[in-house]
Amino acid sequence: MRAAVGNKRDYSLVGESTRLAIETGLASAEWYHTDVPRKVMKELMQRSDGRAIRDTIIWIVLILGSAAGTVWFWGTWWVVPFLFVYGVLYGSSSDSRWHECGHGTAFRTRWMNDIVYHIASFMLMRNPVQWRWSHARHHTDTIIVGRDAEIAVMRPPDLIRAGLAFTGILDFRYSLPTLARQAFGKLSDDEKSYIPQMEQHKAVIAARWHMVVYAATIAVAIALGSWIPLVLIGLPRLYGTWHMVMTGLLQHIGLADNVVDHRLNSRTVYMNPISRFIYWNMNYHVEHHMFPMVPYHALPKLHALIKHDLPEPNPSMWHAYREVWPVLLRQLKYEDYYLERELPPTAKPYRGEFHEVDMTAAAAE
Amino acid sequence: MAEWVEACAVDDVDEEDVIRFDHGGRTFAIYRSPDDEFFATDGFCTHEQAHIADGLVMDDIIECPKHNGRFNYKTGQAKGAPVCVNLKTYPVKVEAGKVMIDIG
Repeated sequence: MRAAVGNKRDYSLVGESTRLAIETGLASAEWYHTDVPRKVMKELMQRSDGRAIRDTIIWIVLILGSAAGTVWFWGTWWVVPFLFVYGVLYGSSSDSRWHECGHGTAFRTRWMNDIVYHIASFMLMRNPVQWRWSHARHHTDTIIVGRDAEIAVMRPPDLIRAGLAFTGILDFRYSLPTLARQAFGKLSDDEKSYIPQMEQHKAVIAARWHMVVYAATIAVAIALGSWIPLVLIGLPRLYGTWHMVMTGLLQHIGLADNVVDHRLNSRTVYMNPISRFIYWNMNYHVEHHMFPMVPYHALPKLHALIKHDLPEPNPSMWHAYREVWPVLLRQLKYEDYYLERELPPTAKPYRGEFHEVDMTAAAAE
Repeated sequence: MAEWVEACAVDDVDEEDVIRFDHGGRTFAIYRSPDDEFFATDGFCTHEQAHIADGLVMDDIIECPKHNGRFNYKTGQAKGAPVCVNLKTYPVKVEAGKVMIDIG
């Protein structure tokens, strides 16, 4: 575990950290990649519709089945397991579908990716246009402070906020008003910093469509005098988010920021098959960031191929949280503190030159 | 004015694949389509400075390795977010087993 240069972080995307990231060459930098022969990589990158169609059919059947069970058993305790399953599928597994289809790697056929992407974006209360661009930035500048729009836990960590994230309350409170604001044509300065001007009107239109569906859902709920429409559309973002947060927080939490080596700022965690289905193998997160062209179903193969060059994966989520907890506690006092995971002897050394970069000197310029 | 340069041998590029070609401080991408035709574009994605030759060729599409932006490599047309600006293309001819591109 290490401490880097002492600086207060400014997580705005148009502030001091942004300027420093650009001036020091951290923004849009060249990142470390493990060597993989072109022929092998080409094979790993191959797309197919079959696997994603199979998984999507299972996904849809489970969603519709648990929704039907929720409606059928409404008003009894039997509804609880159905709500549990429906909530996780709606509020958590949609995140991995949004993610993989946003990359365009789930299906070979583009329109299939686009349809699932838009459905999943709606389930997550995410503006599909805004988030496509924010995620592109996340891959360009992963955990670069002032550049990455998707840093889940900032430093010093707000542990209450991180805990509340499991309930979905904070995300819900952010996402719905954000969509409403965007529907009125207002994009924030941060959003404008990563959505190209020619795409901004599309973000507004998408937000309007989302709001129309929510308004229709509320109208149906009122007309029926029933909570069921809201429990099935919108509210799962609250009660079903916990799995997305549980898996997603581990992607980068407690690791280095402002580095150009995904082995330093991303984490691979072995998970059980159910979580991997829900998460579409994003537990292989170092691998995904190093090679975002590789579809979810090929990530285990990629992992086997390059693990000699990566830190030992955490054997379980529990292990990963146990490992990161003391780091977070220490970051409360020393926000520059982070976890540097050990590389095996077969790995190339970390590319961490930006760790030692003199940010104060850059700031003084 | 035309300036033909030898980019590679025909066999250097697999079918439905792409390789990188650097010349005179510039970088290009040389493609071989599934129907065995050759094409050439600028070597960097128009979205960000990523070498497009590290990407994936599928039919007449090249997908950038960094953000999965897609272009038609035959026309250079950007196929949607996150790429909005077309890729510059170059004339290509094959002579005596060599792939020539006009970078003029």
